Parts: sequence; structure tokens; C-alpha cells
Amino acid sequence: MALSLTDVTVQYGDLRAVDDVSLELPAGQVLAVLGPSGCGKSTLLRAVAGLEPVRHGSISFDGRDLADVPTHRRGFALMFQDGQLFAHLTVSRNVAYALRLRRVPAARRADRVLELLDLVGLVGFEDRLPATLSGGERQRVALARALAVEPRLLLLDEPLSALDTALRGRLASDLRHILRVAGTTALLVTHDHEEAFTVADEMAVMRQGRIVQRGGLAEVWRRPVDVDTALFLGYSRVLTGAAAHRVLAAAGLPAADALAVRRSALVATATGPLTGRVAAVRSTPEQLRLVVDLPGLGELDAVAPLDAHLAPGDPVVVRVDPTRVAPLGRDAREDGGVDVGP
Amino acid sequence: MVRRHLTLAGLALGPLLVLGVFFVVPVAGMVSRGFVVDGSLDVGGVLEVLARPRVHRVLWFTLWSAAAGTAASLLLGLPAAYALHRLDLPLRRSVRALLLVPFVLPTVVVGVAFRQLLGEAGPLGFLGLDGTPAAIVLGLTFFNASVVIRAVGAAWEGLDPRPGEAAAALGATPLQVLLTVTLPALRPALVSAATVVFLFCATAFGVVLTLGGLRYSTIETEIYLLTTNLLDLQAAAALSVLQLVVIVVLLVLAQRLRATADPTVQRVQPRPRRPRRSDAGVLAATGLLLAFVLAPLLTLLAGSLRAGDAWSLANYRALDTTGENQALLVPVTEALLNSLRTAVDATWMALSVGLLITVVVTRRSQTAAERRVRAGLDAVFMLPLGVSAVTLGFGLLVTLHSGVLDLRDSPLLVPIAQALVALPLVVRTLVPVLAGIDDRQRQAAASLGASPLRAMLTVDLPAVRRPLLAAAGFAFAVSLGEFGATSFLARDDRPTLPVVIFRLVGHPGELNYGMALAASVVLAATTAVVVLAVERLRVPSVGAS
Repeated sequence: MALSLTDVTVQYGDLRAVDDVSLELPAGQVLAVLGPSGCGKSTLLRAVAGLEPVRHGSISFDGRDLADVPTHRRGFALMFQDGQLFAHLTVSRNVAYALRLRRVPAARRADRVLELLDLVGLVGFEDRLPATLSGGERQRVALARALAVEPRLLLLDEPLSALDTALRGRLASDLRHILRVAGTTALLVTHDHEEAFTVADEMAVMRQGRIVQRGGLAEVWRRPVDVDTALFLGYSRVLTGAAAHRVLAAAGLPAADALAVRRSALVATATGPLTGRVAAVRSTPEQLRLVVDLPGLGELDAVAPLDAHLAPGDPVVVRVDPTRVAPLGRDAREDGGVDVGP
Repeated sequence: MVRRHLTLAGLALGPLLVLGVFFVVPVAGMVSRGFVVDGSLDVGGVLEVLARPRVHRVLWFTLWSAAAGTAASLLLGLPAAYALHRLDLPLRRSVRALLLVPFVLPTVVVGVAFRQLLGEAGPLGFLGLDGTPAAIVLGLTFFNASVVIRAVGAAWEGLDPRPGEAAAALGATPLQVLLTVTLPALRPALVSAATVVFLFCATAFGVVLTLGGLRYSTIETEIYLLTTNLLDLQAAAALSVLQLVVIVVLLVLAQRLRATADPTVQRVQPRPRRPRRSDAGVLAATGLLLAFVLAPLLTLLAGSLRAGDAWSLANYRALDTTGENQALLVPVTEALLNSLRTAVDATWMALSVGLLITVVVTRRSQTAAERRVRAGLDAVFMLPLGVSAVTLGFGLLVTLHSGVLDLRDSPLLVPIAQALVALPLVVRTLVPVLAGIDDRQRQAAASLGASPLRAMLTVDLPAVRRPLLAAAGFAFAVSLGEFGATSFLARDDRPTLPVVIFRLVGHPGELNYGMALAASVVLAATTAVVVLAVERLRVPSVGAS
């Protein structure tokens, strides 16, 4: 196990920013810690980097306890949300920073810088200053800088959040590719589930200082542990009780007490198990977004193909896409124990 | 476009007039007295002055003592700036406020305190430093370490710690982080601080005069000696010009050094960090500075409470008298009142002119030419910093005696001179604040229908309110302690407290010296109270406990 956290707690005054967190990260894997802002995920990352004092618990790497190892001896690299490039250094000197610290000979340093800039697609930017770069370019430089000395562990603090949507999507898959190629072990914290899904192999959901769920991406996706987690993962609603049973039955799935549904879980078709009326219609480039009123279920989101001529008041038949709903929790009875109060 | 330029010209006119009448004319008058002998230009005479061996010695001493004072101030000030602005220390704010006091202590008081400390009878007399250049450098350091703490500490406090953390995560040791990330990021503040400290050291008057006497003279004290004791106006004028040239060169160099690749400052308020074992060195250096600041002050206080061989308040009780052998024309208490009244006048003058200047130089320029004009104005208004207060004082005395501007007997003359001395400080306090406001805020206000004045009230005023109060406090404190120009301009029957202290020190008699110590304590306490009040006004840092 490369990185291993055991009962780690970080405390500011009375506030437990990180509360009894245990995590394991095998070598070569990318783990995303996903959580809303203020949940303590960045603090957790900084504790791993050695920038926050750990109140109790232990952090170890390759079996060695890191308590007495200062940040600069950990052999990690940290990449911030906004890059934190050194404003007074050119791109190539930023990338070469860690190489200079290690007194890598100039010729090899230049080769390595070129190689890294090639990796992040910024060849030709060597002599530019950070202030002249766009946000995406800065993040690429920051990534190249972090990868320069092949860190044992790469720590990524919301690496793409400061970028606009289109760029974020592109850079996320680039990041995934680069981490794969370099075989880097990485810990990523983010509040953006898309970013987590694109970049990571494994996911841990964090809320109010605690890890509430941990598992492979698909696993977490298929079975969010509670309502908040489901909503955070992008499910639009959570149905409970009879409504959950009816929708699950319509989907042909085993019964559960709570069910998270995505916006596109209900699809208007010719024949299906549920019927009702269209309450509202909105057109998007890909499909029609409906609000349908289903007797006994109330108003729910649904989608229809663009050529389905539907107007408010029309009768509608819907089916349930079983891949777009997720029963909650390990088991309904355990749910109460996991739910975290305000 | 034309309107913009008219506004700029209109705003700049007032300060330029003030500066012209009360600064350029007197200084030019003083200088021309040296260059023009019997109605004809006498450059040879001036060159002859500059060739004198004594002038070379004075110039050399000025430069090296200022350099040594600057180096020592940085050496002592930087660790303290770090410790007091970045570490979560108990009593952090109080210590910070305490270390600011020396900066505004009247130079005469510091001179007296150091003599008390280093003199034969003083606690550190055994070091044999009294009357040596080392004592002068120590005195300069005492003053200016606080300038470093203030200037660099503020920048350090708002410095984003994350680049340093990124460097540490990449394997940089704390020392490497300091050298490769922190200091480069602090460079503008460091260069500013070093420049200002060097200027203060090179033009120091009261400290050098009280500690160096006649043996060690800087350009500034030499000008004083030449004008008052030797009446050699030509030599004094030559030295004034020399000083001006040296300082202009320095300011230009500093401006070059201060320019950085990326001037946008992203201020953050990082949480001060708990001290660790590795901070021991920094904490020790801060403790040393604290001792260094407290020692002369405590010695001064102790000295003021001694009469003969016993503890007594006799020196304080004597403050409403005119001293032994009629050393003074008015009692010390009256001088204190004079000082306070003068300081009030000097403060409003410095503030109103300084505010106008700040607005003029910080407005965003639309063309390169406009930018050059504003930069030029900025430099012009810094001139009082570079011109000897003694030159200014003497110049005012010799030029303002004719025609409509016969101000020699006006009670406003001293405040005007003091306001000019305080002006650069006021401007330097306000400019970074106004320059740091994103112009788009004003544009947003304008787009919502605010007139330029209204936009200013909405955007600039809230940001500048507290710095303005701070600047007022500093102007007040500077005025209380101003000695160089005041020593020329204050009428004998209306002296200020520093003038009285200097006179008491120069008069024989144990009571006179004791009164000088007591008066110094009173003056120091008054300025300290003002400065501490200013310090209280500061916005509590966000996130600080």
C-alpha cells in the first residue's frame, strides 16, 4: 500500500476539519476525495503534504510513518487549484524548479523540461512568464512542474476547478492520460464529480470531516450511501417509500426504500409501465426535457427524443432506464447510522 | 479626453503650488545663495567646496553609516517582520505595536536615550561605544528596524503561502523556499523598505547630531553646522545639491529595482501558523530586537526618575519651569502645548495635500504620455524625502521674508514645513491602497449610474478610511518629533518640545539634563500613545484569532 492514513484527525480550535479519516491508496492508482467545499478535503490533502499538523492518527507511505518527515523530504508534489506558479520565473524555470533543487545537470534539466512541456502540450512556451498564460496553460505548467522529479505521490487540490467547463473537460482527460502514462500515484480532491469520474480510479466521498463512502467509481455511482451523497453525485432527486417501490418495480429492479434518480431516468416512450400527463416541456439541443405529472408519484423530470411532439397537458407514457437510478445505502436499515446531522 | 486631462491638471495644480511655494522656492533660494556670490554665478567656488577633504570624509561617512544602518535594520527587522506577521505568537499585536514606536520617536529623544545607555555612567558604558560611529549606526538601526517590520511585515502578512508550500512539496528546504520563492515575491516591499531606510539613515539629523557631535558628521548635520555655526552658506548649498543628486539617483535606481515581472498583487489573509522548533532562530532574533528597542527606552525612563542618587519625580516637577540658570525662555509644558498645536495643523495640511496627490498619481492612465506624467508627478512629490530638512528649514527662513508671503512670524510656518516633511510618508501610506483598488469597481459603480465623485465615495472612501487615519497618526507623530526644519523655524518664544530638549541637553546643569530626560519621556509617551491608537485602528486581519 503506497499511502495509508489511519484515524487521521486535524483540528482547528474546536473544529474538527478532518475527523478520524482512514484511507488506503495502492501504488499507481488515482484516488479522488470528493466533497462539497468546507468538508475538510483540502485540509486532508495538506495534512498528507505535511502542511497541517495531525492531531492524532498516522499517515504513512510505503510503510514508513511520516509524522517526523517535513514537507520537503516527503518526495511528494502538490498542485494547487490555481497553479501557484512562481510569478517571477519563466515557464521553463518553473518546470525546472525541483530539478534545480536536486542539482540535476543543466543539459539533462533542459531535456527533461522539454519532455514535460511536450507531455502537457506547451512546447514553445519556455520563456513566457506565468502572467502571460491563460488559466488552462498555467495549470498545465503546474502539472509539468509537479511531475518533473517523478514524485512518489502527486497531490492535486481541485486542479481543474478554476477553468471553464469546456477546457475542464478536455484537461481532465489529458490529466488522466498523463497520470496513466507516467504511472503516477495520485490523490485528488475535488468538489466536481465529473472531474473525479474522469481522472480517478477510486473515490472517497467526504462530508463534514468524515469519509462517508469509499469504493470504485462505478460502485459508488451505482449505490450512493445516502441522500446527500446521491445529490452530490449529480442525482436530481431521491424518492422514498411507495414512490421508490413503484419506480423500482417499473424499472424491473428489486425493491428498496430509497431511490436516487437522474434527470434522464424517466423516458417518454410508446408503451411503458407508467402513465401521466406532461406538465412542462423545454427543448435542448439533444432532447426534450419534460416535467411529467404521474398519479401517485407527483411531478418528476423526464426526457423525450426531440421528435416526440409533446405539449403541456398531453398524456404521456414513460419507462424507467434502470442504469439511471440507484438504490441508496448498503441497506435501508443501516441508512440512519450513516446520515450525518447538520 | 480633454476633460480627463483638465481634471488631472486641476487636481495636480493645488499640490504643485504648495510644493512650489513652500518647497521648491525655499530650497532653490537656499541653493542659489551658495551658487550666486555678489550677483554672479560662482560655480568654481562650489566645486572648490566639493574638493575639500572634510567634505569627502562627510560624504563617505554618510554613505557607509547609512549602508550599515540599512543592513542592520534589515537583518534585525526581517526575522521580526516574519515572526510578528506570520506566526501565531502570544501578545503578537502588542509586541508589533511596541516595535513600531521607535519609528516615530523624536530623533532627539533617541539620541538622548542612546547617550544615556552607552555613556560612561550608562548600563552599557563598559562597551566604550559612546561617541563612536557604532553608536550612530545603532541609533539609526533602532529607528529603522521598525520601518522594515512595517513595510515588509504588511507585505509578508498578505503573501500567499501556497507558492511556498508548492515549493516545499517539490522538495525545497525552508531556506530554499525563502531564497527562491518568498524573497523574490517580497522584492518590491524589500526594495521599498531598504530605499526608505537608506534615505532616513542618510538624512538623519537629530540622532547624528546628538550622538556624533562635531566629530562624526553626515551631509545633513554638516549642512546644519555650516549654516548655523560657520555661516558658510556656499559650502552648505553645495552639500545640499550633492545630497539631492545622490538621493535622486538612489530613488531612480530603486524604482528600477522595484519593477517586477508581474505587479498584480493577490492579497490573501493566511492564518498565522503556530511556531515550530525550526522557528527558534527567528524568535531569538525578534527577542534580540525587542531588547534592543527596550534597553534605551528603559534607561531613559530610569534616568528621568533619578535626581541626585535617589528616585524622584523632581525632573518631572521641574517641567513647568524654565530650567536651571534660565536655560529656556518658556516652560517645557508650554513647549508641549506648542508641539501639539503645531502637529494638529501639520496633520491636516499633510493629509489634504497628500490625499490630492494620491488621487492624481493612482488614477489609471489611458495613454503612455499620461502614465509618464503621473509617474513624474509621483516622483516630484517624493522630493521632500530627499531634501535635507535642514535645507528646507533654512531655505524657508531666508526666502519667506518678502512681499505677500512674509510668513516668518506666522504660526503656520512651522506646521507647513513639518507637513512637507510628513508628506511623502502620507502619500506612501495611501498610494498602495488606492492603487490596489481594481478600476473595474469604479467602472461598475459608474455603469450603475454613479457620478465620478459618487463612485469615489462608494469605492475609494471605504478602502482608504483607515489608511487615512493611520496616515494622520503618522503625520501627527512625525510632526511632534520633527527637529531638522523646526530647529530653524521655531521662534525662540514658541519652541516645540524637541527644540526645548535639544536646548536643555546643551545647557550645563544636572537639573537641565534631568529635565531633558523627563521631557523626552513625555514626548516619547505622547507619540507612542498616538501610534498605538493608530495601530488599534487597523482592521483586524480576517481569520486571525
